[in-house]
Amino acid sequence: MDPSIMLFLAQDGITNGAIYTILALALVMVFAVTRIIFIPQGEFLAWGALSMATVEAGHVPGTLWVLLLAGGLVFVLDLWSQRQRRDRRALLRSAGWNVAYPLVLAGLLSLLPLAALPQAVQALLVMLVVVPLGPMLYRLAFQPLAEASVLVLLIVAVSIHFLLVGVGLLIFGPEGSRTQPFSEAQLELGSLLVGGHTLVVMAASLLLIGGLYLFFGRSLYGKALRATAVNRNGARLMGISPALAGRLTFLLAALIGVMAGLMFAPLSTVYYDSGFLVGLKGFVAAIIGGLGSYPLAAGGALLVGLLESFSSFWASAFKDVLVFTLILPVLMARSILSHGVEDDE
Amino acid sequence: MHISFLGKGVLPGLTALALLAGLSPAQADITVGVMASLTGPAAALGAETRKAVALFPTEVNGEKVRFVVMDDATDPTNAVKNVRKLISEDKVDALLGPNLISTAVAMADVANDEAVPMVSVAPLDVEGDKRRFIFRSEPSADLMVQRLVWDMETRGIHKVAFIGFADSWGELLLKALTKAGKDKIEIVATERYGRADPSVQAQVLKVVSSKPDAVFIGASGTPAAMPQITLRERGYKGLIYQSHGVTSKDFLRVGGKAVEGAVVPVGPVLVAEQLPASHPTKATSEAFVKAFEQQNGTDSRSTFAGASWDAWLLLQEGLKGALAQKAKPGTVEFRTAVRDQIEKTRLVGSNGVYTLSATDHAGYDPEAIVLVTVNNGQWSLLQ
Repeated sequence: MDPSIMLFLAQDGITNGAIYTILALALVMVFAVTRIIFIPQGEFLAWGALSMATVEAGHVPGTLWVLLLAGGLVFVLDLWSQRQRRDRRALLRSAGWNVAYPLVLAGLLSLLPLAALPQAVQALLVMLVVVPLGPMLYRLAFQPLAEASVLVLLIVAVSIHFLLVGVGLLIFGPEGSRTQPFSEAQLELGSLLVGGHTLVVMAASLLLIGGLYLFFGRSLYGKALRATAVNRNGARLMGISPALAGRLTFLLAALIGVMAGLMFAPLSTVYYDSGFLVGLKGFVAAIIGGLGSYPLAAGGALLVGLLESFSSFWASAFKDVLVFTLILPVLMARSILSHGVEDDE
Repeated sequence: MHISFLGKGVLPGLTALALLAGLSPAQADITVGVMASLTGPAAALGAETRKAVALFPTEVNGEKVRFVVMDDATDPTNAVKNVRKLISEDKVDALLGPNLISTAVAMADVANDEAVPMVSVAPLDVEGDKRRFIFRSEPSADLMVQRLVWDMETRGIHKVAFIGFADSWGELLLKALTKAGKDKIEIVATERYGRADPSVQAQVLKVVSSKPDAVFIGASGTPAAMPQITLRERGYKGLIYQSHGVTSKDFLRVGGKAVEGAVVPVGPVLVAEQLPASHPTKATSEAFVKAFEQQNGTDSRSTFAGASWDAWLLLQEGLKGALAQKAKPGTVEFRTAVRDQIEKTRLVGSNGVYTLSATDHAGYDPEAIVLVTVNNGQWSLLQ
């Protein structure tokens, strides 16, 4: 193996690692705030990627119908839960976000010449369609059992994963798609040829990490989420609504998932069920960080990306085995090194 | 899991439809059971078989034929369950399908034990006593890959790199390449990848660094496009061979410019109009494609539909022979007569020429296989 191959493999590993990083951060964040191990994280990646492919082909993405349906369900649920209090303003807000917004978006999508739009606008439209599904999902599936045990939440997460994969097959079909890269430029750095899309992926990941850092460090909402993560009951006593915290977290998780999908689809063909495997690699990274530490999770994600890239070169038939085996020594080390027993049962 | 869930919902509906579509069963009607993967990962193949079934005639030599279509949900357990149902409840005289080797192997044991002749659309091995009632219309992977090796020889290619799926299909193709290429070519690299992998950069790097004269991609469907895209991105200029598992429109859509020039061995039905007049299946392929596309739209043809149609032609020969011997449908004598007749059949189908015998239950003539390449996003015949 000469240095140029090594550099190239490292570049490939870091590119994929950047995508695993943001997925791992989302998993850690969702777990910290809501105690949900968010298995469907990868589905947002697949839905974002495939919606982008549909928009590029000039069609209205099927996720729009899911949005309309989910929005309607959320509104009905809100109506039902408000049947005694009749909080007009809350209901009006719910109608706006869950019924009016999807309808306006549907009108917009059917009027715009989708295929002819600039790529950035297409990406924005995809985000506008898919990201709101995050908070809706929380409202429908998790908010009613926010106080349940970690195990129950995990079981619900797994079933939501299967549901979303099934719906994905229904709206996108069994065949995969690729999308156009955000940049076709090639940059020569010494002997290394760096693709423009690679730089876009890294820049977007860094921006996202920086954005999250600022959001959690500086903004009131971010601090509220952190407070909820540290102590749910304490945060509630301080007037922070756990339902709002949950919805906000899912909004961020969906945003991260869709962004990861938009970056991933030009690298590889994405199928309706691709999200799970990619999400699982993000999960391995999150486990390396003990589902609690952001920097460790990010480091773990880079490790997963590099390991995947180098093991593909040396022993391609065993590469997934090697990546997922990584979790064993990590779990062993963590269980030996950790002292306190963290169990909220 | 979602797949079997879907399957359960769809299955009764389809069966009911199939029963409705079939004429009310009179006692002496011939009943043919069709097994296809209508749901699950191989749903794209099952859809082709179903389209071909729509073209099947309702009568053979004046006797009514009833078709019962069942879904195996791409699952061997389901295939066995449904084939038992077809045999015990519908009293089928013959079986057609399924689409995959895995489901076909499971089905074949039952069909053979119950003495029901079965023509598989999947290329399962049909030799030996345990497969006395089993035939197939699809050419084996060995024949297809052998055709590629012939082409490598005529082009003077010696060093071949393999990159394929890390599953049974990749394994099958690699074995076929090793066998057909013995003493003729040298396999300089064997790399594996998965259908959902984010990248094949590392494998491609290794393939390129082994400096092959040509690369054989042992994959199927749209995931087969990824190694070729990456090879071209890495500046590999040599010839790229793909397996016969890629012959779908979606492969061309996903592969785009990068798959231009790929060489693929296929059954002749895919390029019926382009076949030279001397090709044995020219007329039959064209006739089938015309009938098929009239019903399903232009460019809807596929080798899978062709193989399903040919499976029916083989069965039809068997049924005709059995009827000529005055055997009664629904009896063991009838089924055995069907089997005996198929063994004597020589047939020019839409997707190949079949010469069957007691020892060869496939009889596919490798001369009928043609090579095609991708030219401006279309399949075009290589002369």
